[in-house]
Amino acid sequence: MDSALLVHRLHFAFTVTFHYLFPQLTMGLAPLIVVLKTLGLRRNDERYHQAARFWARIFGINFVLGVVTGIPMEFQFGTNWSHFSRFAGGVIGQTLGMEGMFAFFLESAFLGLFLYGEKRLSPRAHWWSAVAVFLGSWLSGFFIVATDAWMQNPVGYERAADGSVQLSSFWQLVLNPWAWWQYAHNMSGAVITGAFVMASIGAFYILWAKHEEHGRIFVRVGVIAGCIFSIIQLFPTGDGQGRMLAQVQPVTLAAMEALFTGQPGAPLVIIGQPNVDTRTIDNPIFVPKALSFLTYRRWSAHVQGLDEFPQNLWPQNIPLLYYSYHIMVGLGTIFIAIMVVSIFLLWRGKLFNARWMLWILLLSLPFPYIANTAGWITAELGRQPWLVYGLMLTADGYSKLVSAGNGMFTLLGFMGMYTVLGILFLFLVQREIERGPAAEPAASH
Amino acid sequence: METLWFIVVAVMLTAYVVLDGFDLGAGVIYLFVARNTTERRTVLRAIGPVWDGNEVWLLAAGGTLYFAFPQLYASSFSGFYLPLMMVLWLLMLRAIGIEFRAQVENPVWQGFFDVVFCVASALLAIFFGAALGNVIRGVPLGADGYFFEPLWTNWRVGPHPGILDWYTVMAGVVALVTLTTHGALYIVTKSEGDLNLRARKVAMWLWPVQLLLTLVSLLATYFVKPEVMNNYRQHPIGLLVPMLVAASLFAMIRATSRNQEKAAFLASGLYIASMLVGAAFALYPVVLPASTDPTYSLTIYNSAAGHHGLVVGITWWCLGAVLAVGYFVFVFRMFRGKVRLEGGGY
Repeated sequence: MDSALLVHRLHFAFTVTFHYLFPQLTMGLAPLIVVLKTLGLRRNDERYHQAARFWARIFGINFVLGVVTGIPMEFQFGTNWSHFSRFAGGVIGQTLGMEGMFAFFLESAFLGLFLYGEKRLSPRAHWWSAVAVFLGSWLSGFFIVATDAWMQNPVGYERAADGSVQLSSFWQLVLNPWAWWQYAHNMSGAVITGAFVMASIGAFYILWAKHEEHGRIFVRVGVIAGCIFSIIQLFPTGDGQGRMLAQVQPVTLAAMEALFTGQPGAPLVIIGQPNVDTRTIDNPIFVPKALSFLTYRRWSAHVQGLDEFPQNLWPQNIPLLYYSYHIMVGLGTIFIAIMVVSIFLLWRGKLFNARWMLWILLLSLPFPYIANTAGWITAELGRQPWLVYGLMLTADGYSKLVSAGNGMFTLLGFMGMYTVLGILFLFLVQREIERGPAAEPAASH
Repeated sequence: METLWFIVVAVMLTAYVVLDGFDLGAGVIYLFVARNTTERRTVLRAIGPVWDGNEVWLLAAGGTLYFAFPQLYASSFSGFYLPLMMVLWLLMLRAIGIEFRAQVENPVWQGFFDVVFCVASALLAIFFGAALGNVIRGVPLGADGYFFEPLWTNWRVGPHPGILDWYTVMAGVVALVTLTTHGALYIVTKSEGDLNLRARKVAMWLWPVQLLLTLVSLLATYFVKPEVMNNYRQHPIGLLVPMLVAASLFAMIRATSRNQEKAAFLASGLYIASMLVGAAFALYPVVLPASTDPTYSLTIYNSAAGHHGLVVGITWWCLGAVLAVGYFVFVFRMFRGKVRLEGGGY
């Protein structure tokens, strides 16, 4: 592989992976904060308002990190992927431009109001500012997913004379079926992160025997939301996306499942190591015919295997794709188990005394981040070797005049900068958690 | 249609410079005019609720530029690769400075983050000025519409210049002084007592420098690129813009010396806006001149997106702009008035 291409890919992969650690929590927490505010207003209970304020502080820190790591993403379309931008800017400029105009302004303006304006606004107006932040963050998510969806499944475009693609139908771009499945799956994944984080911090307070009343609120809201969205994540959103994949990118599905040979009644591999050299799966544990059923709802349906596609159109890194996908699905299954057990204990009124379960909730915090990251790696690696599926190869999209050395220099720079950012973030969040939900905000601004 | 989008992008970038300019400028003089913790917190509170929203203008302007002129975006962003990456790092450092300064209580760390905030603000002001200088002077575009510019070559203006040469460094200094005054006048409107007096003094002191630099930069631009006068010759109505520059500059000193705080700040904003409009008017329809061969220059015609996309964009852009202006008016009204740390302020 051309080393400049590799550097530019790593550059984007690293910065976007780090970036998405933050938006997934803001997008996941935003609706939960609205829930807390609503409960506070309805029950006229100060504890819920304190809980909302506590999570708003975490949200605020997280949001700043999301913005400062997000600006490089927009820039990199031009700096590192200029040939792609020139080729596709006429189409995806629409969604990226709309994100700026609709989502960013909404989000940033009302976040300021939400964080600093509680004393100046009426309770109802403050509730509306929370809703506006929620809407802004979810709109932002939509436009980014719609951009990615166009790269996965290009629609609504036409070829221009200079070889670039230009918009031909705005509504096809916005109503891209891929965008809606991916959006549903992705946002549900974000809420899972928000719910697990909230339940985890709540469990921490109960185990610590400090701020227990707030801890119970966090665990209750987190577990209920976590249970609903863990199930939605599997069905219908995950299932729908998988079946769409079988239609639009069958080769990607084959690679994710490491199905080297197309066959009727294809098995679903639960665990096993794909071996690309011998085109087999080593040490597999599989469920016979399950892949056919899941994909086409018929046990004997034919599922296309990698052997039905030319090898130069296979995703290049099949093992990484396969493992990312299986980690995502495996963790998703475990999330359902954790949340179903928790909600059962909650219903029986035993959860707050079941220390073992609280420990599980506490320690589960990193795993939704891993699952969301693995999911995005699956989506992006699965599209390879294409940058825009069927239209532009990744190898043709990067900035040809930005040398590998310059790319490596800035990649290392970002790694250093992001290490510092990450440490500061953990330090600040840890301090908020130590301080607890009952405390008034620190002397900020 | 391309002309309309040229105006839209120019207006958004101008809005960004005027809005983020005052918090950048406030950062530049922060260490010098705000001497104790209370004063520093006052300045941070004055920009706290708005700086993030102001920076969103950069993102939104970038998004609109990408949408309307993808070729320009691709070419200029990859060509200015190294300085843009540094701008990104500076933006991050500045955000760290502002946000973490407010979060730590240890005076040593507060002092550290104060310096981070101040230095990053000053460097950003210089970088943005130098960027504008590059766009006016021209860059070594190839026939394929791409270029890669080293950070500096021999500091002279020629067919193969660096990001930094004497002309762009001068543009950086102009930007630094202009935004510093702008920030000082913003602090004046937001503060009372010693802080207010000191910020006012800075604005008064910098005014003659700004006047001098304005004249020098106009002459230097004419010397480096005599073509900038073409549009003015053909459309003398454009000469209103330099007159506006002069008028706002004098309104600024007049209002400052008469304690008309808001008027002075608005005049400074008008000065910045008219300087930028003047540059845009001189460049049009070129958006990125080539220093190599004028025929390689990127114009609004050869760098725009397809016609249908541009037409569709007008609809959502207008809707989005109306909403955005509405939010900003609302937020600035909520946080209007002087910053008072205790009691009724925010």
